[in-house]
Amino acid sequence: MDDGGEIQRLIALMAKLPGLGPRSARRAVLALVRRREALLAPLAEAMATVAERARLCARCGNLDTTEICAICRDPERDDGLICVVEEVGDLWAMERAGAFRGRYHVLGGVLSALDGVGPDDLRIPALAERAATAREVILALNATVDGVTTAHYVADSLAALGVPVTSLAQGVPVGGELDYLDDGTIGAALRARRAL
Amino acid sequence: MIVWADEALLLSTRRHGEGDAVLDALTAVHGRVAAVVKGGGGRRRAALQPGADIRLEYRARLEAHLGAARVETARDRAGAVMADAGALAALSSAAALLTTLTPEREPCPELYAATRALFDRLADPGGDNAQGWAAAYARWELGLLSALGYGLDLSACAATGATENLVWVSPRTGRAVSAQAGAPYAERLLALPAFLRDGGLAAPEDVAAALRLTGCFLERIEPRGAPVPAARRRLAARFGVS
Repeated sequence: MDDGGEIQRLIALMAKLPGLGPRSARRAVLALVRRREALLAPLAEAMATVAERARLCARCGNLDTTEICAICRDPERDDGLICVVEEVGDLWAMERAGAFRGRYHVLGGVLSALDGVGPDDLRIPALAERAATAREVILALNATVDGVTTAHYVADSLAALGVPVTSLAQGVPVGGELDYLDDGTIGAALRARRAL
Repeated sequence: MIVWADEALLLSTRRHGEGDAVLDALTAVHGRVAAVVKGGGGRRRAALQPGADIRLEYRARLEAHLGAARVETARDRAGAVMADAGALAALSSAAALLTTLTPEREPCPELYAATRALFDRLADPGGDNAQGWAAAYARWELGLLSALGYGLDLSACAATGATENLVWVSPRTGRAVSAQAGAPYAERLLALPAFLRDGGLAAPEDVAAALRLTGCFLERIEPRGAPVPAARRRLAARFGVS
């Protein structure tokens, strides 16, 4: 089968995307080519626009096509609450939940001895600047050893400001069954129990 | 085909491709090994946190190859350790030191046993002496130095042979020095806190002195030019050691 050089190149590029391999990339390209007007052209246009305009928000580190992102521009959001996340994907996950109406701050990673990520590689000074005028800083970092280590480091860094620093609760997920939970999660849930 | 199964302590995992992971583990019999874990980078990642007791089934075609492993978590300590910032820093430091300094596939059952005991202590950081884990950690670093061939001789004074009142260590030889013999050279010697020789509890300043002492020798190992891991520096900073 010879799809031509350009199409093969598109397949090879698509295959590099998360969740796609060579086979699924080939199927996706085939679907795009079959729906050239309805899908391929608008997709190419959207991708070209994003490639040209995508940038990190100068304030929070979110991904947008403007210098200050839509979340930071939203006048309805609470300036006193700052939710700190590791990556843009985590910010989007928080937004999907729709439970938080404050501002965000994307650290850009977590401390990692193995990967050589130190405090200087994260956006901690910018967070300290913003936190000085906040009512509360919520650390929504992953509940991994690196994530919690980073949370403790950030909390120590902000201690001098006197702003309350909280972290997300750890415990039984909604719809979770105790029998299927690991020991660490059950222990964390027990420690975080609350009165009913 | 090389096939074996062993108990191990998980030291680190890093993502490999989309859904897999490469883990580093200190095994009871086979030393420190790295292996690919299929599916370890996805949802199973939660169960593959540093400090966990795991059962590892290792397979590789050749000795020089990076093998593949099937992993079953026997005990997860991360959840308990995360509750205490200091204990978490100690766990990260120990895992980073082992990953950085210990050679691969060289059996070291004593180091495995000592590390397992340390991780158990870190997962239970409460009790009568809240800083007890710090003393246990400092003693573990002494054991690590010894396992790496940089063991300190704290049994007797290097100058007089005295076995009492040993309060210094020579940074040159790694041998203990008594208070009397070391007095003229005090500024050049490293303090030897009593708990490192006699056991027992340790005040934060004793732990700081112990970390200064072991840190001085850890810095000299530097395999392949790698500096002391940042996790170890952050732990030392918690005790005011720069």
